[in-house]
Amino acid sequence: MKFRYDVVIVGAGLAGMRAAIAIAEKNEDVSVAMVSKTYPTRCHSVCAEGGTAAVFDKEDSLDLHAWDTVKGADFLADQDAVELFVSECPKEILTLDAWGCPWSRTEDGKIALRPFGGQSLNRTVFAKDRTGFHEVHTLYERILQYPNIEIFSEYFLTGLIVENDEIKGLTAIDIKTGELTLFEAKAVILATGGAGRLYGFTTYSHNVTGDGMAVAYRCGVPLKDMEFFQFHPTGLVPSGILMTEACRGEGGYLLNKDKERFMKRYAPEKMELAPRDVVARAMWKEMIEGRALEGEHGLYIALDLTHLGEKKIKARLPLIREAAINFAGIDPVEKPLPIKPVAHYTMGGIHVNKNCETDVKGLYATGEVACISIHGANRLGSNSTSECLVFGRIAGENALDFVLNKDFKLVKEDEFFEEERKIEEIFNKNGSESPYAIKKELNEVMDNYLWIFREESGMKKAVQKIKELKERYKDVKITDKSKSFNTDLIYTIEIGYMLDLAEAVAVCALFRKESRGAHYRLDYQKRDDVNWLKHSLAYKTADGVKVDYAPVTITKWEPVERKY
Amino acid sequence: MEVIFRIKRFDGGSSYWDEFKVPINMTVLEALFYIKENIDSTLAFRAFCRMGICGSCAIRINKKPMLACETQISKLEKETIELEPLKNFNVIKDLVTDFEGFFKKQKLAKPYLIRKSKGEIQQTPKQLEEYYKYTLCIKCGACVSACPVAKRCLGPAPVVAAHRFNRDSRDEGKEERLKALSDHIWHCHFVSDCSEVCPKNLHPAEVVQKVRLEVLKFNLGW
Ligand SMILES: Cc1cc2nc3c(=O)[nH]c(=O)nc-3n(C[C@H](O)[C@H](O)[C@H](O)COP(=O)(O)OP(=O)(O)OC[C@H]3O[C@@H](n4cnc5c(N)ncnc54)[C@H](O)[C@@H]3O)c2cc1C
Repeated sequence: MKFRYDVVIVGAGLAGMRAAIAIAEKNEDVSVAMVSKTYPTRCHSVCAEGGTAAVFDKEDSLDLHAWDTVKGADFLADQDAVELFVSECPKEILTLDAWGCPWSRTEDGKIALRPFGGQSLNRTVFAKDRTGFHEVHTLYERILQYPNIEIFSEYFLTGLIVENDEIKGLTAIDIKTGELTLFEAKAVILATGGAGRLYGFTTYSHNVTGDGMAVAYRCGVPLKDMEFFQFHPTGLVPSGILMTEACRGEGGYLLNKDKERFMKRYAPEKMELAPRDVVARAMWKEMIEGRALEGEHGLYIALDLTHLGEKKIKARLPLIREAAINFAGIDPVEKPLPIKPVAHYTMGGIHVNKNCETDVKGLYATGEVACISIHGANRLGSNSTSECLVFGRIAGENALDFVLNKDFKLVKEDEFFEEERKIEEIFNKNGSESPYAIKKELNEVMDNYLWIFREESGMKKAVQKIKELKERYKDVKITDKSKSFNTDLIYTIEIGYMLDLAEAVAVCALFRKESRGAHYRLDYQKRDDVNWLKHSLAYKTADGVKVDYAPVTITKWEPVERKY
Repeated sequence: MEVIFRIKRFDGGSSYWDEFKVPINMTVLEALFYIKENIDSTLAFRAFCRMGICGSCAIRINKKPMLACETQISKLEKETIELEPLKNFNVIKDLVTDFEGFFKKQKLAKPYLIRKSKGEIQQTPKQLEEYYKYTLCIKCGACVSACPVAKRCLGPAPVVAAHRFNRDSRDEGKEERLKALSDHIWHCHFVSDCSEVCPKNLHPAEVVQKVRLEVLKFNLGW
């Protein structure tokens, strides 16, 4: 099968859908295909709970939002991109309002704001605690109105076709039929989301396996700052399902086994609302030093919402309550919830500039798959959904400009056959290794050695172990030899993607000899701006990962010590 | 402790029942992964968020359409649990059904905000609550599976979506929407099974009745 569209967007999450709309709003004639492995309303973005950052408060300012973001990022964010980002957030919120997003409101009918970690003022716009769900549905509903956007659901990206550093198209498996499909395109926008399933204990949906990152990486596009993974303080034990930061934003406490609000010893001013890296480290320390609680699933910290009362919990945190009851059998109105830090956000990603451009002409990346970077070494809560909206639009608009007055570049038959051959090769694999066993071991490596506290010997072990897993993966067995809806094949390809990404994470982390934001090393506990105020760029080469570095853009804010 | 999963399989040609032993202390979805990763990796099912919000994993569990991710096996209080794909959808493979038609039908109901006015929008919490409940549909298809007439009409979900926008104070498209619905909502005979199974308790049956009344009034020019 072969299709041809001016712009092909891979990924129908917040970022991909926002990009599609941006194109269609400006131009009715440019054809857009939105290709994704799930139906749009099933994307991971529906899980976003707490909210979306934007300056609305009279006391607030764009500069303050930018400063909070830069400081939260431990100064690794590119400040020109951050300034652009904060200036565009409010507009996106109002646009979504006009498209039907059910934002929570103040009594006088204005858009309500809630506090969030590391944000100086109330700056988080929200729709109860189902913000991402409502944003996704709003964008999806909007998309239905544009005749030039075609939706291809359950198509799985397998390769990009690039010639002379210019994009020509991509291949994807039509999951329903199993057929490899060619999409010729003048421009491609990758919006495939993060890579959180590298970890075992994670808030992410099952399908968030970093596919777009891996596919781009395999085509020679570098990945930036992959060592920076965010650990969210409050993952429900044992499932890892997120208990939003809004729980603490609305006044919830973190307690150790002595019922102490231990954050007072780590971040006396911001307490539970310090940035996530700070809170997660504090919790992990409490756990290691014997001050955590213990239950049938091991150590945990208590998230206490009981003092908020049923009325507030019902009004502001209904999803949290429902999830806690369904998945932990506990009603937060009555009892504290068992939680612990959990892998939650991929700060790193495809290296792009603030126009979402990669070094391949016509290839863009946006949303969590991309690293622009506005989050640097640690993302602030509620900045990610804003990023998807702002930079989804920017990616769409830039891709549109790019395709106007451009011709298609023909994809040669051989190029397609080469992609087909690669998939056949995996499909025919009849080795002795279970892909699922490999995935499980990979998750263990990540959870053990690339978690909140890292050190040299552990990371070396991780690099070694990942190499071994990659070897074993070559001898994998695909049991399902049918064509239609072969998830055995799809999952196995995803696991292959994850192995490549894990290697990049481990190598970049091992090389970075300092502690910054979410990358915390027991053997180098201080930030080192003299040597390490720079982005890592991982390239895939025949001899493994090659790491290069790029400068951080500083406009207004010189790095200072980070206190909360 | 273990239970037996009896799963209705379909491989594109024939359909048959398969049995697996799974641990009891997990959700139905976790047990499906347990089977896929440890016993039979050819088993096909859909699963994404595993927290009851993406709407992917609705299947029939002991005949009732439910979300696999939200269902704790122990709560079913059965030693043998039957899993089947949703009804009223074509089966693609095992527990996976074809949703293309479902999403196409959604579109007929104009489930989006129609608004020509520009400028700042105000909406009070009270106005928000007028429609908020109906925003919660996760498009899982459980209602369609339970509906005896779904194949002949829109099915409950799109009507809920339309109703949500009809009640939104920001919307200016109610008439357009009622017109669009007027050919599609008369088959329902209020069996109300959809309301029984909706995992988000949206009472689609009640909504269908309300919307019918509105369409009637609209058609009569009241
Ligand atoms: C539980 C949870 C709660 C969160 N809460 C918040 C919050 O309150 N505020 C905030 O700002 N951020 C939050 N985040 C982060 C935020 O939700 C994500 O960063 C953001 O939604 C990512 O959106 P996206 O559009 O980049 O990707 P996604 O929503 O992940 O979408 C990716 C899309 O790509 C498709 N895709 C992936 N791989 C392929 C492939 N191989 N082929 C074809 N298609 C593919 C998928 O099907 C999907 O359509 C939260 C994250 C989690 C895990």
